[in-house]
Amino acid sequence: MIRVDLPRFDRFEAWRAAARHLASAEIAPEQILWATEATPPDLFGAAPWPEPGARAVQATPAFLTLARTVSSHSDPEAWGLLYLALMRGQSERGLWANPGDPLMIRLQALAKAVRRDIHKMHAFLRFHELASEGPRRAFAAWFEPAHPILQAATPFFSARFTDMDWLIATPEGVARFDGVLRFEGPSPAPDLPPDASHALWQVYFANIFNPARVKIAAMRSEMPLKYWKNLPETALIPEMLADAPRRLQAMAEAGASTPPAFAAKVTARLRSLEAQDLPASMAEARAQAQSCSRCTLCQHATQTVWGEGDPDAALMVLGEAPGDREDLEGRPFVGPAGQLLRQVMAEVGLDPARLWMTNAVKHFKFTPRGKRRMHQSPNGSEIQHCRWWLDLERRFVAPRLSLALGASAAFGLTGNHAPLAGRRGKIETAEDGGPVLITWHPSFILRLPPAEAQRARAEFAQDLALAQQMLADREARHSTQIS
Amino acid sequence: MAQKSLQHKLAILSDAAKYDASCASSGTSRRDARSGGIGSAGGSGICHAYTPDGRCISLLKILMTNFCIYDCAYCVNRVSSNVERARFSPDEVVTLTLEFYRRNMIEGLFLSSGIIRSPDQTMSDMVRIARSLRLDHGFKGYIHLKTIPDSAPELVAEAGLHADRLSVNIELPQDKSLRQLAPEKRPETIRATMANVRLSREATQERSFTGKRPPRFAPAGQSTQMIIGADATSDREILRSSANLYSGYDLKRVYYSAFSPIPDASAALPLIKPPLIREHRLYQADWLMRFYGFDADEIGAARPDGNLDLELDPKLAWALANRAQFPVDVARASQEQLLRVPGFGTKTVGRILAARRHATLRFGDLLRMGAIMSKARAFVTLPDWHPGALTDSAGLRARFAPPPKQLSLFG
Repeated sequence: MIRVDLPRFDRFEAWRAAARHLASAEIAPEQILWATEATPPDLFGAAPWPEPGARAVQATPAFLTLARTVSSHSDPEAWGLLYLALMRGQSERGLWANPGDPLMIRLQALAKAVRRDIHKMHAFLRFHELASEGPRRAFAAWFEPAHPILQAATPFFSARFTDMDWLIATPEGVARFDGVLRFEGPSPAPDLPPDASHALWQVYFANIFNPARVKIAAMRSEMPLKYWKNLPETALIPEMLADAPRRLQAMAEAGASTPPAFAAKVTARLRSLEAQDLPASMAEARAQAQSCSRCTLCQHATQTVWGEGDPDAALMVLGEAPGDREDLEGRPFVGPAGQLLRQVMAEVGLDPARLWMTNAVKHFKFTPRGKRRMHQSPNGSEIQHCRWWLDLERRFVAPRLSLALGASAAFGLTGNHAPLAGRRGKIETAEDGGPVLITWHPSFILRLPPAEAQRARAEFAQDLALAQQMLADREARHSTQIS
Repeated sequence: MAQKSLQHKLAILSDAAKYDASCASSGTSRRDARSGGIGSAGGSGICHAYTPDGRCISLLKILMTNFCIYDCAYCVNRVSSNVERARFSPDEVVTLTLEFYRRNMIEGLFLSSGIIRSPDQTMSDMVRIARSLRLDHGFKGYIHLKTIPDSAPELVAEAGLHADRLSVNIELPQDKSLRQLAPEKRPETIRATMANVRLSREATQERSFTGKRPPRFAPAGQSTQMIIGADATSDREILRSSANLYSGYDLKRVYYSAFSPIPDASAALPLIKPPLIREHRLYQADWLMRFYGFDADEIGAARPDGNLDLELDPKLAWALANRAQFPVDVARASQEQLLRVPGFGTKTVGRILAARRHATLRFGDLLRMGAIMSKARAFVTLPDWHPGALTDSAGLRARFAPPPKQLSLFG
């Protein structure tokens, strides 16, 4: 047997150096005794170490990470298993990446136990404040991990608590931090003074517990009993559990109580702000529309997207309904289709600030698809329900011309839902009597294949230019009549 | 009125916070105190204790105050409740957070509040606490702020600079329930706040023309909570609402909180036993939507009333209702198909995909790799295993469901 003595700290580095040396000489796993301070001396004396061999020993970073974790396990066989995996990996390509190999499954299980123990140390260790002589505050803790994890677990604390001195004592040894982290051999459990914050913590623990939802098994699986004796709060658990039924009973018996006198006044003041009359202005209509629930679209859309622009505009531009972006921002025509519309408007010289831009339906309609929302066209009934708001908008704006983008907008204004192809570029009459110029919806253009999109875009631009022309003609007629 | 002690205030204001389900501290930006300050965060969160209700304590979850001008029927802090009231000063919250943190009891602060005077006033006090922790004390731990809907966008913008996570509770799965039970809250402003947080987060992911990244905004994202069982909404509707919320606002989590009796209850809601199993099933279903490629309607279709099966987990219930898609051949099935096998988790599926490149997998290999074969065996074929008629057998459900309770004749 070749005996390898592993030190109390920096064990993994020692194992790694020895394993590389022995594996290069192709020493078989069963010829090595991996010893720690607890291992008794070998009865027959250890065999001498061989010279390093010629074989280059290789390992992947993933295997080294696994081995480092496993090296904190308390099972003395872990070292031999790691060496076996190292040896086998030299000839078996893919062993370390094969989660189905029984040796790898065993090592993964050991690593998992270590990771869990480290996690529990990060979770359940409690510092007590000590009297401090220097300018830094001082703290100490006693913790009993299931595995020798002190060295693996403490860098977490030295990155977190840098402005105080602390020590963590465990049966395996002591970690001390005063700006630098050091490790020492074991010493008896320190005498930890009472700490007022621990008493406050108990108050918190007792009161954050909801007696109506006792789930003891869930608590114990996550906070195993072995950690309880060093936690300040766990002593309260038996009493909290014993008292839970009484508290429930008391709640049930008390039932509803009479509200305090001031409550009605506060409530009345808050609710009086919401009384609604028929809106007398655009601003009032907009405010009321925010809480519209005339159809079911409001249930999932973010908010009502009201029209925007010049409330005295001569031209009203009407789209179908807000899209994803409009819904989030609460403004019409800010998504991709809106950008195309604004581009073409700029080309023909229509200023968005001098128009009233809005939609036939004020809420976004969609179906969720994973992390995205797929737009859906509103149906006839939704358009009808939203007419209430569109009619108000039209009454306040009183446009001389309306531009309907797409079939839904055309239907909302004219009540005619015939296909758009034959109607585009022509003037129809709105149900309230005004002229309506029908054109494509920009999102339709965006969905077309490139060649067709180009043609549709040109038609769209032509229609916008026509609208611009009609307004200019009216303006000219209007001014000649006046002069 | 006599001044209340810190202990007494802590008792009142943690008791008032215990109905909020979320306590997560994971997934934020990585940072620590090596360059000054105190604390660290990033990676997976740490649960520092568990209460006997099975829920973990990761953050100091308290209310800044439980005074509230709103009258939400399901809430113990509503204006019409006779519960004892208290209010922390901002300094008290900061000190409690830091002292508990130094003793390694918490990962940070989860601050919520009743609405005092106005939403803006309340939100600005909460932001002040977060600012003090970050700027005056160099606190690097986790901060979760419960955003007050209806508060000014500038306040939410500042909150996002200091907090790791922002949340605003949707409260109830359907708007009409909210309008009825929480008349001062408005679903549209709750959602508008979520949209605002999403847009602010997106804005910080784009570099400016100088290539500089703007300061991070709520790096751990946003979440929300809905109360289950206070209204008559079916599970399918609940899951649809969740799907809408996930897709609309890029939420990290929707938390489901079984409505539980509160002291000094409102006459509007009955004192019922909280539907804990239903809550658990909803979390499982939510998981299926986020990590297993299921959609709300598929899961909700397992039963005609749109509610989840309380006896079986939703994946098993779905598989039993869709047996035509089984058994799947483990050696050949796609990742999507494997993810739908009951008893195979995402980790197991990852291991199967990695291992089947090296070797032919047998029943025992799957067991060793963590698959729950007692569930999976009826739904898979392997070189050494075929379920035969088991997949279609009439008694398959009974193998998984708890035995029916029989009335005893001899009590």
